[in-house]
Amino acid sequence: MKHLLSVNDLSEKDIYKIFEYASQFEEVLKRPIPIVPSLKGKTVLTLFYEPSTRTQTSFTLACKRLSCDVVNFSFSGSSILKGESLLDTVKNILKMKIDGVVIRHSVAGVPHFLAYRLEKERVFVINAGDGTNEHPTQALLDAYTIYKKFRNFKNLRILIIGDIKHSRVAHSDILIFQKLGCEVYVSSPYSLLPIEFEKMNVSYLPDFREKLHDFDCIIALRVQKERHNLSYLSSIREYHLLYGIKKEDLNKMKKNALLMHPGPVNWGIELSYDVLEDERCVILDQVFNGVAIRMAVIFLLLQEKYENR
Amino acid sequence: MKLKGEREINKKIRNLAQKIYKKHKKNLDALCLIGIKRRGISIAQRLKYELEKFTNIKIPIGALDISFYRDDLQMIALSPIVRGSEINFSIQDKIIILVDDVIYTGRTIRAALSEILDYGRPKKIELLVLVDRNYRELPIQPDYVGFRLKVKKEDLIDVFLKEEDEKEGIYLKRR
Repeated sequence: MKHLLSVNDLSEKDIYKIFEYASQFEEVLKRPIPIVPSLKGKTVLTLFYEPSTRTQTSFTLACKRLSCDVVNFSFSGSSILKGESLLDTVKNILKMKIDGVVIRHSVAGVPHFLAYRLEKERVFVINAGDGTNEHPTQALLDAYTIYKKFRNFKNLRILIIGDIKHSRVAHSDILIFQKLGCEVYVSSPYSLLPIEFEKMNVSYLPDFREKLHDFDCIIALRVQKERHNLSYLSSIREYHLLYGIKKEDLNKMKKNALLMHPGPVNWGIELSYDVLEDERCVILDQVFNGVAIRMAVIFLLLQEKYENR
Repeated sequence: MKLKGEREINKKIRNLAQKIYKKHKKNLDALCLIGIKRRGISIAQRLKYELEKFTNIKIPIGALDISFYRDDLQMIALSPIVRGSEINFSIQDKIIILVDDVIYTGRTIRAALSEILDYGRPKKIELLVLVDRNYRELPIQPDYVGFRLKVKKEDLIDVFLKEEDEKEGIYLKRR
């Protein structure tokens, strides 16, 4: 693994190795002084062309907990960069002598372009979300959250509710869960199913409420107003009624099931306000696990870089 | 070449346990053992067993994996299995006996000391090694030594213990 651009870059073995390291780093995060000196002198640049709070913070914290220097570079707004500007960015990166780049961009494929251009330079690229394409570290932390609970993926049933069409989280999640041997189901309005839906090899449930008791994990996706989701829906209120998870839905779920959300939650739309108190709702655990997972990914990418020197 | 066998190792560990007991018998309740993965832990477990013959106090034992404290990533790449540290007790104001199988350059112990200090502020840390071999690269010396060996810089000293390996003994490999 030289870069982390897509869940498809990872073998099942890679995924479990990342989990193994993440659990070591979780132990580090719980120490009185939650920092290890392993990456002293290394530098990672985070390039966020799209607004983000938790992902950028999570990556920044992950670097700092490993004693890795981190430079955050943010663009205000979500201006799409032209090809030349991106190439310029690459040239600048090369001059800055850094070890890795974490990039988020509103255009799919930008991290891949960057990785291709940096091929000879021994700089790793982590995709922190590219348009509606993928968000592999989110998929890793989602899978890790499930792994910590069930210790096994075989025959687990996972339901993903919401915007399957535009959600990069859904795309990466589906890939990772299938790779690990889960059965994946999705539920959403027809308008929010992708065109190539049949190829995804997942089952579609128009109405999931009947089957809530069948699932080990339910992932509610965010209604992405910034991606014109609203024009795909008749109304937010209707979405909440049909696809929002409410307290009474929790009663129909398995006692040991998990309820997850990649955040930030639109409370009252995807989830009603009162579900956060339920112990099956692990949204905040996901945030904690995210730091450990990102520590593991950065650590392993840098280790690989030095191993092959 | 085999230098020491199982009986000699066990006799030495009993001996070292006695020395620790004599030195610390007044504050045994502050005493704890921390082994450096992997063989340091096996030695620490044997010491715990021997020490508890002298007293009813249960001596806490912890495990240290210094992989994340090495001063070079390349070295981590060489030992790809990271097992993680487990210290499930407070080390604040404790007397820690840090245990490893062999001391050579002193860099492992340097890393272990940094890691322990991130867990808290012990009253004192002492170092116990089964084998002290020459060619130190840092000013770190053990307080308790099983065997002192003088070998060439390029020689390898291997300690095998039943808990971790199929055989038991201290071996010298000439290169």
